[in-house]
Amino acid sequence: MSTIPDRPRTLAEKVWDDHLVVKGEDGSPDLIYIDLHLVHEVTSPQAFDGLRAEGRPVRRLDLTIATEDHNTPTLEIDKPIADLTSRTQIETLRRNAAEFGVRLHSLGDKEQGIVHVVGPQLGLTMPGITVVCGDSHTSTHGAFGAMAFGIGTSEVEHVLATQTLPLKPFKTMAITVEGTLKPGVSAKDIILAIIAKIGANGGQGYVLEFRGSAIRSLSMEGRMTMCNMSIEAGARAGMIAPDETTFAYVKDKPHAPRGADWDEAVAYWRTLPSDEGAVYDAEVFLDADELEPFVTWGTNPGQGVNLNGVVPDPAEMSDPNERAAAERALEYMDLAPGTALKDVAVDAVFMGSCTNSRIEDLRQFASIVRGRTKAEGVRVMVVPGSARVRLEAEAEGLDKVFTDFGAEWRFAGCSMCLGMNPDQLAPGERCASTSNRNFEGRQGKGGRTHLVSPQVAAATAVLGRLASPSDLDALALTEV
Amino acid sequence: MEKFTRHTGVGVPLKRSAVDTDQIIPAVYLKRVTKTGFDDALFANWRQDPSFILNQDAYREGSVLVAGPDFGTGSSREHAVWALRDYGFRVVLSTKFADIFRGNAGKQGLVTGVVTEEVLEAIWAALEAEPGREVTVDLETRSVQVGDVQAPFDIDDYTRWRLLEGLDDIGLTLRNEDKIAQFEARREAWRPRTIPVR
Ligand code: SF4
Repeated sequence: MSTIPDRPRTLAEKVWDDHLVVKGEDGSPDLIYIDLHLVHEVTSPQAFDGLRAEGRPVRRLDLTIATEDHNTPTLEIDKPIADLTSRTQIETLRRNAAEFGVRLHSLGDKEQGIVHVVGPQLGLTMPGITVVCGDSHTSTHGAFGAMAFGIGTSEVEHVLATQTLPLKPFKTMAITVEGTLKPGVSAKDIILAIIAKIGANGGQGYVLEFRGSAIRSLSMEGRMTMCNMSIEAGARAGMIAPDETTFAYVKDKPHAPRGADWDEAVAYWRTLPSDEGAVYDAEVFLDADELEPFVTWGTNPGQGVNLNGVVPDPAEMSDPNERAAAERALEYMDLAPGTALKDVAVDAVFMGSCTNSRIEDLRQFASIVRGRTKAEGVRVMVVPGSARVRLEAEAEGLDKVFTDFGAEWRFAGCSMCLGMNPDQLAPGERCASTSNRNFEGRQGKGGRTHLVSPQVAAATAVLGRLASPSDLDALALTEV
Repeated sequence: MEKFTRHTGVGVPLKRSAVDTDQIIPAVYLKRVTKTGFDDALFANWRQDPSFILNQDAYREGSVLVAGPDFGTGSSREHAVWALRDYGFRVVLSTKFADIFRGNAGKQGLVTGVVTEEVLEAIWAALEAEPGREVTVDLETRSVQVGDVQAPFDIDDYTRWRLLEGLDDIGLTLRNEDKIAQFEARREAWRPRTIPVR
């Protein structure tokens, strides 16, 4: 074993140290072992091609798994994919998986879905491991106390060939959230508030560790939502120390360790939380009691405010770059400074993406729309994160709740999170979305995105304008 | 990756400065799913012009590109290197390269040599005096020779070593195979497996 430093260490340092194959010397990177490599159709083709050109095999097929998600249609999944690029990417993945022997979950398979939903639901994602994928939202898996980060296509090839990556250690940032969330406020609101606080680049070069009582009381789904969006603060990864909630979630999942292996694993996992006195490179504090539902008004995830607030005035921003960015964002979003966000009407609501498309997210959305009808003229799409989530939801009758409400119930995939498939906004359309990126054109050319939690998405779908669940209660009271 | 020690091939004077990666390979070609076969994509827009240098018979077999300053600026696409390599280029000489392009080139076995302005002008003159002339690039001695011109070029020690040894990133890591195997031998049984081990 490598020599473990004799000082208090953070969670991130412990996982790093336990994956050191070669310690880098004289400024050269460390060589880090990768426990789990997730693969999808967009970033893998050239990686497999590179292996083929050099005559290299996949080193560890048993640590590699692939799924189709970014390009898959969410309607009529038995028909050939119309878009040629999309179809080629998917067919290429199928050919590569067959040729190299990689386990693949294709469209129509029970385990198909967004790569970051599939790993955890299979029990492959667990504490204390390293996870990579050619996708920035790989940070999601950090919710389990894993070190998980997105990589580029050349690195995908590197991991396929060697099961390792040359990496320089990251800096660490502790983000402590203490207190209790008000009803209607969720993990999504915490992370949006954190990004607004530290900025869309505030986490650059860091692994964020979320800690504190408010984080401890989150479900695994909520923790995944938070770690998922660490990348939107510019961070390499987000992590949360494993605890009983984590163990209970992993236990008995298809690939979870069993018997003596389970006991050994849990005993090790209990050693992972950051030591008393461990030093972080930076620290941030947030009060959970104060938090309200959050919403973005601009075109980067850091441009967000309290949903009860108003669209900020760029003229009041002192930083010239920030001001210019805000001006441009407001023009794109077609919003005037001072507008109450709750007065902003939407054309569409998207409930899905690797940020919020797990069964718990769907349950929360359903609990609000149940027995109600969607606002007229608003298009509401509910897209489960995986085929398994879809089945679970249907077993609970949630599909019926959604369709009775007037929403479209779709098949699993990334869908309108990035609009690589036909699920796109039309130019100028405004959408309340549970996804993670509000960049210009992300959900379709000219589309306007407001990032929100599932609860806010649901209330917005009911009222046709940005709204929080408490607005519905108020409505119910006046109606009586 | 193939080892590179010395190469002799047709020199192509590309007398333009700030050739960005969008010119080297236009964005429409990025949709492809392969890492090879980009030869037709190289300078695709420029090649539509019959007078473009690569459309001239003397230069069709070119393998040493001699370009103006600031070569490879713009987007970080690795495809720019793939396209040059697939066309048959083994070397690009210029007075200045964009950093990311240079890094990508070194990883894919494409030599990027920095020469002085006088040397660049001299090589251009030599190549234009006799189109189709061959250039010899010696990585060991870091020197370039064409006609009467004999001059040094610059490349950092680390990249030179990798190219001489024919080591791409993966090749470099695989030099630690034994350490990877030792690490694997002590990995705990509880760690995830996507398929049963055969
Ligand atoms: S759901 Fe969106 S963010 Fe997540 S993997 Fe798919 S495209 Fe990326």
